[in-house]
Amino acid sequence: MRYAKRVLLTALIGAALLLLIDSFASGYHMYLIELMGIYAILTVSLGLTNGFTDVFSLGHVGFMAVGAYTASLLTFPLEKRPSYFPELPEILKGAYLPYPAALIVGGLLAAAIAFVIGFPVLRLRGHYLAVATLGFMAVVYSLLLNMEPITRGALGISGIPEYTNIWWIYLWLGLTIYVTWRIVDSYHGRAMIAIREDSIAAQSLGIDTFRYRLVAFVIGAFFAGVAGGLYAHLITLIDPRAFSFVLTFNIIIMLIVGGMYTISGAWLGAVLFTVLMQVLKPVEESTGLYGLVELIFSALLVAIMIYKPRGILEEELPTVVRRWLKAGEESKRS
Amino acid sequence: MVSATYILDLFIGSFVLWSMYALLAIGMSIIYGILRLINFAHGAMLMVGAYFYIMFLSMGLDPITSLPLSMALGAVLGVTIDFFAYRPLRGGPELSMLITSLGVYIFLENLVRIIATPQPRVFPLPEFLKGVYRYGDFSVRVIEIFTIVLTLVLFAALVLFFTKTKVGIAMRATADDLEASVLMGIDANRIIMIAFALASMVAALTGFLWGGMYGQVDPTTGFMPGVKAFIAAVVGGIGSLTGSVLGGYILGYAEIYSVGLLPPEYSGLRDGISFLILIIILLIRPYGLFGREVERV
Repeated sequence: MRYAKRVLLTALIGAALLLLIDSFASGYHMYLIELMGIYAILTVSLGLTNGFTDVFSLGHVGFMAVGAYTASLLTFPLEKRPSYFPELPEILKGAYLPYPAALIVGGLLAAAIAFVIGFPVLRLRGHYLAVATLGFMAVVYSLLLNMEPITRGALGISGIPEYTNIWWIYLWLGLTIYVTWRIVDSYHGRAMIAIREDSIAAQSLGIDTFRYRLVAFVIGAFFAGVAGGLYAHLITLIDPRAFSFVLTFNIIIMLIVGGMYTISGAWLGAVLFTVLMQVLKPVEESTGLYGLVELIFSALLVAIMIYKPRGILEEELPTVVRRWLKAGEESKRS
Repeated sequence: MVSATYILDLFIGSFVLWSMYALLAIGMSIIYGILRLINFAHGAMLMVGAYFYIMFLSMGLDPITSLPLSMALGAVLGVTIDFFAYRPLRGGPELSMLITSLGVYIFLENLVRIIATPQPRVFPLPEFLKGVYRYGDFSVRVIEIFTIVLTLVLFAALVLFFTKTKVGIAMRATADDLEASVLMGIDANRIIMIAFALASMVAALTGFLWGGMYGQVDPTTGFMPGVKAFIAAVVGGIGSLTGSVLGGYILGYAEIYSVGLLPPEYSGLRDGISFLILIIILLIRPYGLFGREVERV
């Protein structure tokens, strides 16, 4: 394992940082850092399809919603179910799983759905695929609103046990980044990038483009589902509006501004988004110009598309840092 | 029980919805045909058009002058957006323009939210469009008839424009083969400007009709019609005018009848149904009903 040392070191530094944050951050800042972690899971997993493969999906939030509702139903206290969900189907009345297992089942269900809809949808290309995945998201949204016995419709599910904490989120973020990195940095990742750059050339080299598209789509959906479960058990209240077009846009903005062709760019986008949001929200509230934050973000998105279409981080962060260090040494020497 | 007048009501309803979806879809098709840009922001142009109309009314102008003025201002806005947001991306990947148009949509929605507040505004319909005709049980609003007639007239005008005028023919040529048309001496940038002006003007007019039909507008009004028109255009085969008109019809029809004839508890699924139609059509004919398969090199 030539990576083992680096991975272990990164994990240790990360854990130490989390310990610091866990003991010093105030409730509100803690919440922001937790939300940022969930956004980062979403952007990194979306980067696998939208950045590394040529599958520009707008349906990520749909998978997140599937994971969120599944996990919440599985961990919902059994004794409260009959009064809270009077029309719950028989199977779900007694189905209970501990929180970590519920997260995984939520992710697996999202992945299974991605697998099934992937067969038709991934045959499409470019913006046809974008529209079809947006359609998937809209179908999920309208099902959530209308499957009242299970989802309680527009009321949403409240009183979900608050199991998620910063450790769970960053454990999953670490896992998402690790898995994505190992995929991208392998033979399979090279194949995905080849498909992105030129799918016909990739095909002629014997790469099964459909299979790689499907694999990227399914893995991305799994982590989106888990992120949904984490989100539900953090906020403790979910309703269909939480998984609407607004969140879809925000995740796309984070991913593209950060840089969708790198893993570091994906999570950096989530960090930037959360920080900028915090800086701009007070401005918006004090001036009374509601919508200012979105206005600035959308202008930023357009500007990035024009001037820096590969996003802020065009190369992975370690590469960039190493180059800086090297340049610094060289300038000292000369 | 389902009565004859109820069916007639649904028929009128689907016709009206068809008109508005088709008008938007045509605008999207024109732009797509030339630029290969799925203009997500097109729905926002509808909303902005409705706000322009309200703005001119509140400046003390009468409806007859406000409507053309709002359409003209819509056209100017469309051309401006193209100049600042899309023109720098010409020749780049198709997806970057789609992403940019998402950004433009959010930008317009929130700009209106800031300028005109997020609260819904009452949309004042001119007196001569306010009436209702009644025949026994059956009633139809004047604005509904107006919408349908205007749409049909506009279709005829557009067909004439694209087949008889020099500019229209040049636009079709550009959509067919951009490079060849440039070699033939067509000024592509001018054609693109005209396309945006035309599409945005029609969108602003649709905004007037939409506001008139539903009585109010708010900054998010454009989203759903925009997405539906987008579906209509893709279902019909984006880039084809006939396709857009037909796609708009399929969508309006499906939406109204799925709500009108299914039991009430399913009515909330109407948006989902539109997307299901889209996905099914894309699977059977990936380039839409009237679309042409574009070779990929």
